[in-house]
Amino acid sequence: MSETVEKVEVKKSEPLFTKKNKKLITNPLDIDNPITVQVLGICSALAVTTQLKPAFIMAVSLTIVTACSNVAISAMRNSIPSRIRIIVQLAVVSLWVTLVNELLKAYVYDVSKQLSVFVGLIITNCIVMGRLEAYAMSNKPGPSFLDGLGNGLGYGLILMTIAFFREFLGSGALFGFKVFDLIGLHYQGNGLMLLPAGACIILGIIIWIQRSMNGYRETH
Amino acid sequence: MRQSNSYIVIYAAVLTIVCGGLLAMAAEGLKEKQQFNVALEQKKNILSTVINIEEGQDVNRLYEQRVKQFVVDFNGDVRSDVKPQDVNLSVEYKKPAKDRLLPVYEFVNESDSSKVDNVVLPVYGYGLWNDIWGFVALESDMNTIKGVKFDHKGETPGLGARIESDPELQARYQGKSIYEGDKLVSVTMMKGEGNDYSDDKHKVDGMSGATLTAKGVNNMLSDYLQSYERYLKKKKTNS
Repeated sequence: MSETVEKVEVKKSEPLFTKKNKKLITNPLDIDNPITVQVLGICSALAVTTQLKPAFIMAVSLTIVTACSNVAISAMRNSIPSRIRIIVQLAVVSLWVTLVNELLKAYVYDVSKQLSVFVGLIITNCIVMGRLEAYAMSNKPGPSFLDGLGNGLGYGLILMTIAFFREFLGSGALFGFKVFDLIGLHYQGNGLMLLPAGACIILGIIIWIQRSMNGYRETH
Repeated sequence: MRQSNSYIVIYAAVLTIVCGGLLAMAAEGLKEKQQFNVALEQKKNILSTVINIEEGQDVNRLYEQRVKQFVVDFNGDVRSDVKPQDVNLSVEYKKPAKDRLLPVYEFVNESDSSKVDNVVLPVYGYGLWNDIWGFVALESDMNTIKGVKFDHKGETPGLGARIESDPELQARYQGKSIYEGDKLVSVTMMKGEGNDYSDDKHKVDGMSGATLTAKGVNNMLSDYLQSYERYLKKKKTNS
């Protein structure tokens, strides 16, 4: 116990944006992406990506929740009894998720209706719990915040990419704007893209491209 | 110390109180804004059964100008002591039909506000998993359906949830009749999808994979239209 306290004090002199800390943000965007590499949070990635707008709100919500929970848990990490640490993490995540949900209901009601249960399900999103358990429980609030931010952004990046293709190919629109109508072309939307199967296909292609680019192999 | 039972119990208790307190504060602080949104959504839904609402239109003003709202009872008499916004349909629909409080939204003519173009009736029922509800707009003959708008709490996305998300499905009800002669027969959503019911005044095409939700919708419509029957009769003889 005293040893960890000592370590923390020594590390405090470190500036927030060291090379190592920058990696906390950039890694989840590519070589350690929560969706394409760790294959977490797939359920919501398929469910909320028919249009860019809900995908964007979902990505922002998850980023806020992950970053804030990471900070909270990291700040509390030395006081949390290890026997109930999971339930404590869950309580903190639920707190943030409920707050975000209430805010969405108050300020972007139509989107909140569209996202329906999926905002609530951020609580069970493996990315959030995974980061808490794997990172925030053993690191300081500063880096934990960056780690949460990075993973949220990594999730958001994939979400937006899928949503871009699904909305574009599925309904010929981007953020609700009918781009094909704008340039005077008629576009018959591809219904498959609006179904979860469409998301699965696009996600698969993204994973394929990304893994062949950075040479990632599953280790057994 | 950190592992002792009393520490754990106290830790959990404090955490619960802090989290609960924060959430209660947030819920209380945002309540007004949320209720405003819910009310606006309802107004939008009521109006959208009758007219097309364009993006950015002032729904509140339009509603104020065109909609006359009041509550009737089973006999079709106006209950001036209750306001429509105070009627909780999720409670009312469980009561026997003759005890229900029934809100009515009359859509009046743009130039002559004493002339009622459409009446919009709220309906409420139970789908496959949870509550479903909606609004049915009737033409001034109190028989032909002008438009419907459904919503639900927990129907299956992509299947039963289509009653809310699929405008084409709601459009199937347009032009259907609820009366056969003097008898109220309501409109029934059939089993199976892709059939043509355009020559049948009381049937609409069904939802593939969501027959039970359709059943719920059918029950809801016939149940609630029957509750409104006496009001509709009065309205018909008056006009």
